[in-house]
Amino acid sequence: MESTLPILILAIPLAMFLILGIAGCKMSHKLAAALGIAGMGTTLVLSYITALTYFFAPEFTGADGLREQLTVFNWEWLAFTKNLVISLGFFLDPISAMMLIVITTISFMVHLYSLGYMEGERGFQRYYAFLSLFSFSMLGLVVATNIFQMYIFWELVGASSYLLIGFYYRLHSAVAASKKAFIVTRFADLGFLIGILVLSYYTQTFDFVKMTSDPSWVLESTGGATFMGASVLTWALVLIFTGGMGKSAMMPLHIWLPDAMEGPTPVSALIHAATMVVAGVFLVARMFPVYMLEGSATMIIVVVGALTAFYAAMVACAQIDIKRILAFSTISQIAFMMVALGVASAGHGEVSHHGLGYMASMFHLFTHAMFKALLFLGAGALIHAVHSNNYTAMGGLRKYMPITHWTFLIGCLAIAGIPPFSGFFSKDEILAACYAWSPYIGVWMSMVAALTAFYMFRMYYLIFWWNEPHYHHAPHDAPVSMSIPLIFLAAVSCVAGFIPFGHFVTWNRMPYDIHIELPVAISSVVIALVAIAIARHMYIKENPLPAKMKAALPRLWDWCHHRFYWDELYQFITHRIIFNGICRPLAWFDRHIIDGTMDSFATVTNKASDAIRPLQSGQVQMYVWYYLIGALLLAGVTAVCVL
Amino acid sequence: MEFTAIYYLIPALIMFCAGVYGFITRKNMIAMLISLELMLNAVDINFVVFNRFLFPEAMEGMFFTLFAIAIAAAETALAIAIIINIYRSNKSVDVRTLNEMKF
Amino acid sequence: MESVGSIILYCVVALSMIIFSVLAVTTRKILRAATYLLFTLFAAAVVYFMLDYEFLGAVQIAVYAGGIVVLFVFSILLTSRPGDNSERLTSRSKVLGLIGALAMLGVSGWALLGRCADFAKLPEMKYVTMDAIGTALMGTGENQYLLPFEAVSVLLLACIIGGVVIARKR
Repeated sequence: MESTLPILILAIPLAMFLILGIAGCKMSHKLAAALGIAGMGTTLVLSYITALTYFFAPEFTGADGLREQLTVFNWEWLAFTKNLVISLGFFLDPISAMMLIVITTISFMVHLYSLGYMEGERGFQRYYAFLSLFSFSMLGLVVATNIFQMYIFWELVGASSYLLIGFYYRLHSAVAASKKAFIVTRFADLGFLIGILVLSYYTQTFDFVKMTSDPSWVLESTGGATFMGASVLTWALVLIFTGGMGKSAMMPLHIWLPDAMEGPTPVSALIHAATMVVAGVFLVARMFPVYMLEGSATMIIVVVGALTAFYAAMVACAQIDIKRILAFSTISQIAFMMVALGVASAGHGEVSHHGLGYMASMFHLFTHAMFKALLFLGAGALIHAVHSNNYTAMGGLRKYMPITHWTFLIGCLAIAGIPPFSGFFSKDEILAACYAWSPYIGVWMSMVAALTAFYMFRMYYLIFWWNEPHYHHAPHDAPVSMSIPLIFLAAVSCVAGFIPFGHFVTWNRMPYDIHIELPVAISSVVIALVAIAIARHMYIKENPLPAKMKAALPRLWDWCHHRFYWDELYQFITHRIIFNGICRPLAWFDRHIIDGTMDSFATVTNKASDAIRPLQSGQVQMYVWYYLIGALLLAGVTAVCVL
Repeated sequence: MEFTAIYYLIPALIMFCAGVYGFITRKNMIAMLISLELMLNAVDINFVVFNRFLFPEAMEGMFFTLFAIAIAAAETALAIAIIINIYRSNKSVDVRTLNEMKF
Repeated sequence: MESVGSIILYCVVALSMIIFSVLAVTTRKILRAATYLLFTLFAAAVVYFMLDYEFLGAVQIAVYAGGIVVLFVFSILLTSRPGDNSERLTSRSKVLGLIGALAMLGVSGWALLGRCADFAKLPEMKYVTMDAIGTALMGTGENQYLLPFEAVSVLLLACIIGGVVIARKR
């Protein structure tokens, strides 16, 4: 494959970032937006050409039906040793091609949507510059040829996420949220970095192809070294997964994502729902053949994912802020993908389901990106209309905002897993993989799916039905630039499930046919319908039932509403234990011992120079005095010595 | 009683020490200059005395004194010009008022 | 053995040199200090005469007494008003100065007096004639001083110019 297109895919967003970042403040809003959208549109077209060429051109499929892994180009950047080389390149395989489509599609939609949503905002040009930076970093991340390049872009998406969360930097809460996101993911990235170093120390390579094409070689190269009872490979993989946990907001590092909703809503749709937060899933998927070897690492992934999915679903049932609900729903859905990856390991289930979870996870990533971006953009339209994030300020909006209503409903149906919407197909595959791995985990995930349907339709009915509050001026549908992305994404969410995904993305790049597991599918649809019915019963019009339920289980409501007090726990640990117990003494030591030593040097020098300063008074008589005393001393010494 | 060199050197020494005392203690710049002249004279006398007593056939000491007198004259003239200038700007010839390195 | 006259002359000269020099640095009236300096300079001139350097004595009187002291008097009259006394010295600085000067006097005097016996009596010397002085000043040979003479003349010229430049009104 020619390397011109891939280079352009990365170069155009970067160039847009530079142009808008440097010259943006001199441009009008329209010009900046036009540039950003045009740049992203070009990238979109190029990415589609690249990805579709890769998927459909026959030369990239081997004789045995295997898709090739394509390293389009790979420039050597830093060479530590002969083997340990950091390169920058462009790697094309099924998942990165799929991610190209997802990222550019969502990013383009968000660019378009922001035209209406951010209209007249202060820092409009800066906003588009950051969006371009993010698109560049995310594209660089998914096409990384080696784990270190991935790490570099990983940090870049973190930085652009930080910039965009803190976009309204005059708001205290936005600044605090951006800081929180940055610090939490930084801790996770520390684990990631250590994992990379451990892995590359033993394998002497960063390259993905080398690692994944022959994973047993990775296992051998660690040579059975162990650390604290677990093999080094397990440690490395778990540490790398820690980085993924941070980015993908898995428990216990999830606390930053709900707060990240302080950013503009389109940003939440792009970064904190569709693309950046699935980077963790993508990372595990990228390293999947290696993870498959390590049962304990995948076990941790499954456990963390299952707990997070349930936790986030519980919390989402008791939130008031619609963006928070969507944020927790995102956490829950990403946890679904994680679980699917974890249960996809070899040696479990029937042979036909070998690696099914991997495909399911990627499928869900794809569909989830579409419908969750749709939901977020819909939420943005609602917020735009009523100027509040809380559903208490909404109600009965179906009459006022039909487009938003219908597209939002499609998004909700998709996430709830109702056929024929896209979420049904991908979630069904995940559940099938879970049941194949272990019935317990299958039941657990089905329960979470039911909760998902419940909280989504709770939100839906509270926003669009319930009773109608008094609006100061009648809300109306968003402008065209905001409606087009909604309609487009709704259409995609309707049809994406019928893509024969198994033909494109599988763990061993060997295409296979997806077939619906009827028992699983029927049961999950029934469960979802029941959950929707409960939600409908409770919330379709104003009634005292929710309040009664809340009064019946006050403790549960409190815990869910306060997100199981995770933030308070972190506050306690950081402020009480770390700040008081560790940082204060360290600061004291720094201030009094280290600074004190340095200060005393300075003080002594100062005092000494102050003391001898009068010697240089400029008074000539004093100089005569010194001369005289010196002469007398010399005479005295001479007298003593000579006589 | 024979006059040896010591008879001339001791008064010259006392004169020199008086000059030192005056130079150290007086604050008036003209008084300091006077003390300086005293010291110079004491040294001149020493040159002449040693020349006369130790090398009567030579004239180096005398010439040295001669030139020293000439230079002392030049030095005094310049110093007094400076002092008068300082007096013009400071309205004082007290050496303690000269603690700023600028006019 | 010296003649009585020369002994008396010596005593007068030595005493006046000592007394007037001490008075010159201790008096509080600056014009008197200049006068005492004049007497001291005269005494020094007499010493030169006693040591048979007539020319030097004459130069001493002409340049020092006639030139420098006049300069002093002029500058004193320019910079102080009549009746101005210099301020009384603090006892601390007086004592310190006295200690310094006396210590110096002690050390040097001790060194001198310790070698009292080594000093010879005045040797014979033929008069230093004006002829010899003139030849030595104007010659360029050994023990002749044309170069320092010219250097001093340049120095004096520079001094005149410098004096004019410094003292001139701006």
